[in-house]
Amino acid sequence: MSTRLATGGRLVDTSKAVKFRFNGKHMSGYAGDTLASALLANDQMLVGRSFKYHRPRGIVAAGPEEPNGLVNLGSEGQFEPNARVTTTELFEGLRAESQNHWPSLEFDVGAINKHLSRFLPAGFYYKMFIHPRPLWKHVYEPIIRHSAGLGRAPKVRDEDTYEHFYAFCDVLVVGGGVAGLEAARAAALSGARVMLIEQNGHWGGRTPVDGGEIDGAPAQAWIDATLAQLARMDNVTLRTRTMGAGVYDHGYVLGYERLTDHAPEKSGPRHRLWRIRAGHIITATGAIERPLSFAGNDIPGVMLAASVRDYVVNYGVSAGDRTVVVTNNDDAYLTAFALKHAGLDVPAILDARAPGRDSDVMAQAKALGIEVMMGHGIASVKGGKRVTGVAVCAQAGEGAVLREIACDAVAMSGGWSPVVHLWSHCGGKLAWDTVNACFSPDPDRAPQGADSGQFVSTAGSASGLWQLDDLLNDAFAAADGVLRCLGRKLPRDAKAPKGNRRNEAPMAPVWLMPQGASVKLREKAFLDYQNDVKVSDVRLAAQEGFVSVEHAKRYTTLGMATDQGKLSNINGLATLAHALGEDIPAVGTTTFRPPYHPISMAAIGGEARDAAFQPIRRTPMHDWHEGHGAQWEPVGQWRRPYAYVQSGESTHDAVMREVTNTREKMGLLDASTLGKLVVKGPDAGKFLDLLYTNMMSTLKPGKCRYGLMCNDNGFLIDDGVVARIDADTWLCHTTTGGAERIHAHMEEWLQTEWWDMQVFVANVTEQYAQIAVVGPNARTALEKLGGMDVSKETLGFMEWADGEIGGFKVRVYRISFSGELSYEIAVDAGQGQAFWDALMGAGTDLGVMPYGTECLHILRAEKGFIMIGDESDGTVIPQDLNLHWALSKKKDDYLGKRAHLRAHMADPDRWKLVGLETVDGAVLPDGAYAVGTGKNANGQRNMIGRVTSSYHSPTLGKGIAMGLVHHGPDRMGEVLEFPGTDGKTYSARIVDPVFYDKEGAKQNV
Amino acid sequence: MSDPVSALKNAAYTAGIATISEMGAVGMITLRGDLASKPLQKAAVAAAGVELPAQGTCLTKGRGGMAWMSPDELLIMCAYADAQATLAELQGKLSKLHALAVNVSDARALFEVRGPRAREVMAKLAPVDLAPAAFTVGMFRRTRIAQVPAAFWMPEDDVFRVVCFRSVAQYVFDVLSVAAQPGSEVGAF
Repeated sequence: MSTRLATGGRLVDTSKAVKFRFNGKHMSGYAGDTLASALLANDQMLVGRSFKYHRPRGIVAAGPEEPNGLVNLGSEGQFEPNARVTTTELFEGLRAESQNHWPSLEFDVGAINKHLSRFLPAGFYYKMFIHPRPLWKHVYEPIIRHSAGLGRAPKVRDEDTYEHFYAFCDVLVVGGGVAGLEAARAAALSGARVMLIEQNGHWGGRTPVDGGEIDGAPAQAWIDATLAQLARMDNVTLRTRTMGAGVYDHGYVLGYERLTDHAPEKSGPRHRLWRIRAGHIITATGAIERPLSFAGNDIPGVMLAASVRDYVVNYGVSAGDRTVVVTNNDDAYLTAFALKHAGLDVPAILDARAPGRDSDVMAQAKALGIEVMMGHGIASVKGGKRVTGVAVCAQAGEGAVLREIACDAVAMSGGWSPVVHLWSHCGGKLAWDTVNACFSPDPDRAPQGADSGQFVSTAGSASGLWQLDDLLNDAFAAADGVLRCLGRKLPRDAKAPKGNRRNEAPMAPVWLMPQGASVKLREKAFLDYQNDVKVSDVRLAAQEGFVSVEHAKRYTTLGMATDQGKLSNINGLATLAHALGEDIPAVGTTTFRPPYHPISMAAIGGEARDAAFQPIRRTPMHDWHEGHGAQWEPVGQWRRPYAYVQSGESTHDAVMREVTNTREKMGLLDASTLGKLVVKGPDAGKFLDLLYTNMMSTLKPGKCRYGLMCNDNGFLIDDGVVARIDADTWLCHTTTGGAERIHAHMEEWLQTEWWDMQVFVANVTEQYAQIAVVGPNARTALEKLGGMDVSKETLGFMEWADGEIGGFKVRVYRISFSGELSYEIAVDAGQGQAFWDALMGAGTDLGVMPYGTECLHILRAEKGFIMIGDESDGTVIPQDLNLHWALSKKKDDYLGKRAHLRAHMADPDRWKLVGLETVDGAVLPDGAYAVGTGKNANGQRNMIGRVTSSYHSPTLGKGIAMGLVHHGPDRMGEVLEFPGTDGKTYSARIVDPVFYDKEGAKQNV
Repeated sequence: MSDPVSALKNAAYTAGIATISEMGAVGMITLRGDLASKPLQKAAVAAAGVELPAQGTCLTKGRGGMAWMSPDELLIMCAYADAQATLAELQGKLSKLHALAVNVSDARALFEVRGPRAREVMAKLAPVDLAPAAFTVGMFRRTRIAQVPAAFWMPEDDVFRVVCFRSVAQYVFDVLSVAAQPGSEVGAF
């Protein structure tokens, strides 16, 4: 059984017991435990079921590479699925539940799948579920979806908060082991700004567990001293529990800091995403041990050798009483020593190698009385939910069992792979290291920045180095090289510390144990624990022609689980290479993509949630609207009232009421969102003549003109009323969504093409609250407030004037988007609400009511006025909308003019704007298409037009619409058919788009 | 006319690691022109009551001052009540030059972030190097606050003034308040 030892555990505080629950069972650990070490201390080796076969699975590793120990953590607003037990620090009251089991972890119905494993080979889903097609949607997909995924999706809103933090440094060192500490120390000596981040809550990496001496003293002493030195330096930032998640172009790195995961009672954000700009990045990310591929290597109790050692040394936890060590390298011997030192039994070390003479550790093992069996391996592991023993065989053979050894744990080591993820994220290439059988960063093909210079370096084990002395020298050299890149220097007397060296025997690559394992054994030798991919699956993929590692990965799902193949990738591709008869480097690796280890989605969102989810632009009268029944319509980032719904009304009722009231009495519209751009300068008239399709330079001061803007491809991009303020100043109104876009459009032309023009532009949209006072009673209301003369004689249609109304300093534009008598009045935004209140007061006896955007739409549609975004969609030109009158023939040029001459633009077959009136008065579905005769090349019915705007007009008592129709203006009176998505077909007659007051008499009073 | 109403009516958040407050109505004038022109410089200095700011800086005097916005743009700040008169005077002096001066007092909201943790609060929202050695008193930066455009400067130690558009004042106040939430000290500076 796994248990807590009486001694040891350098990271736990045995004076502080911590209570937690696993699957409802009360358990106890110590402060400093991970959930994994605490579970093992409570003899909870079984932590989950595998994805496909629901095989019982135990803890394999002690770090982020753990494939099996995934749990649902917490509940309600703190629920978190797929939490890794090895990276979850224990806290009081923690509640965890294992995943992917039904009805219970101990007894799982899905485990029947393992007996069907012969029928669930690689690519099974692809082969099985492709035919017949209808079954996919209705039968297969729901079942697969039901069984897919390990954790449950949260159902309740996350109650924690998250944030970002922007940080800048010269050198970012990722990883706080001895190499990272040394790289940071050396880099900091130059005075450079250094940031050192470490994913765990403690410093030093593996070295305190593995032992060794630095500068003649135990490594821990050097770690403590170096840390203290770094902490004293002002130019160094140290962060624990902060993982380097991804490296991106331009030295951009995401760091993922977990602030309260280990202490949920703390206030403040749960995670912080560090958005770091680094001059150079040093990855000192260490290495990950590989499993060995032997039958039964997934039975709970089979663990990575170094992880077994970690549990003993760091947490005082033993994985078992009797542990067989199986290895292809010297490092795993340290596990045997650690176990022996803790008073535990190591019945044998099975070493797949057969070296000529003993290395230091082999001799030491023998001296300790451990049986060392050279050239041997495991034929199969005995046991179901727990290891009970191993069958020993010769590595060179096919698995004939030589003897069985009873044990309750197996510590395996297939060698080490440097953590190359961060090196690879931005294009760093790898080289195959034949001596250590691993892919290491190739320093000659480093990630390059915009200047072609290297911007990521590696240090320590991440470089593919294993001896303490080599790690330290490499880290020092990395810092030195980086500083040179940055134009800095190390102090003359700086030097690397001296680490001790071990006399080691070389490791030997072992991709299958035994090397000639039969199919039966291969079917139980797991490569990917989480996705249940076995040696036999990868071999089958190779047989079926999957020669690319990327294809084989997707076909078998190797490395596609939440651990992203941290344990399985190298073993998998070695197996593939072997099956293909290729060299491993010829097969290559799959692509390493960020994040290194899953990070929370909420951390990516940061502060952007709830009220701060996205900016909502508010006009000065926003609160008033809210208090008066406004139903909001998002327009860009603005919120505009769609309609003001009174009690007892439907939204439709409200809109109808607003239209009728505005036509008959008086309406107020908050038009503050319309863009307002001041354009000034000696060349402003010339500039505007080029931007607008019609002439703006001839506009007289005091007058307004409606204008159209096209882009250089001739497509309509915006419209609005332009007012000439004085000799060299114009004010251009844009659409609500167009203010920033058109401002940028103007600046772009001024800065890149017409830089010699003397024109300045300023966006003054938000300086003003603008209120449209609309309807037959509009003038009376303004006169009631008193002030400037707003009579027709003094202020005619399409004129503007500055003055005072009701004591407010105003600018009044006599423009109308409704067809009624209308004044658009601008006041300083800070006066907006007061002026609105004054207008509402003055209008009380005159029937004033506010109206929203839907009313605005109906008013303009009744008048046949186009709306950018309804009648235009980025493919429409002014000619399509019969706006030829707004295309100046006097001007030599304007944006879009030449484009309009292109054959397609001048084509008489383009669809053109018409009015549409349903035969029965119903409302046409917006966006519906008119069908013609015959079919197109794809067998679809030919389309001859579409609806661009459609409303019920209370003024006319029927449905009205606008649409673009093939030869539309030539087909007046013709009835078209519009099939709706509701199964009905609507018949509508082509009519003039101006439904109301065609002469314009009502607006010009 | 009524009393000018700022976007958030002087809202404040004081429960966090820095205090956030809306500063109320402030006079602001955008001036675009040739910043090398002596008459323009003279007019701007007279309007702002401070010297011409160097690139990327802002000179502050009480609520007034002047910020360098771009190679052809300055932001002149003054008391809200003085903005119109200051603008008229400025326009008078610039009448013979090609320049544009407009009142933007009502188009903006101005916030103050104050306290020893003010730098950290700002660094959570703006992609700017805010280390004490990198961003110092008097520097001015046009950037973004979370998802909206903004500009800020430090009139004195531990104090930031943040300018944004009026329509997003509530959003900026909200994100600044979240960034200043209790327990969110970073300890980075």
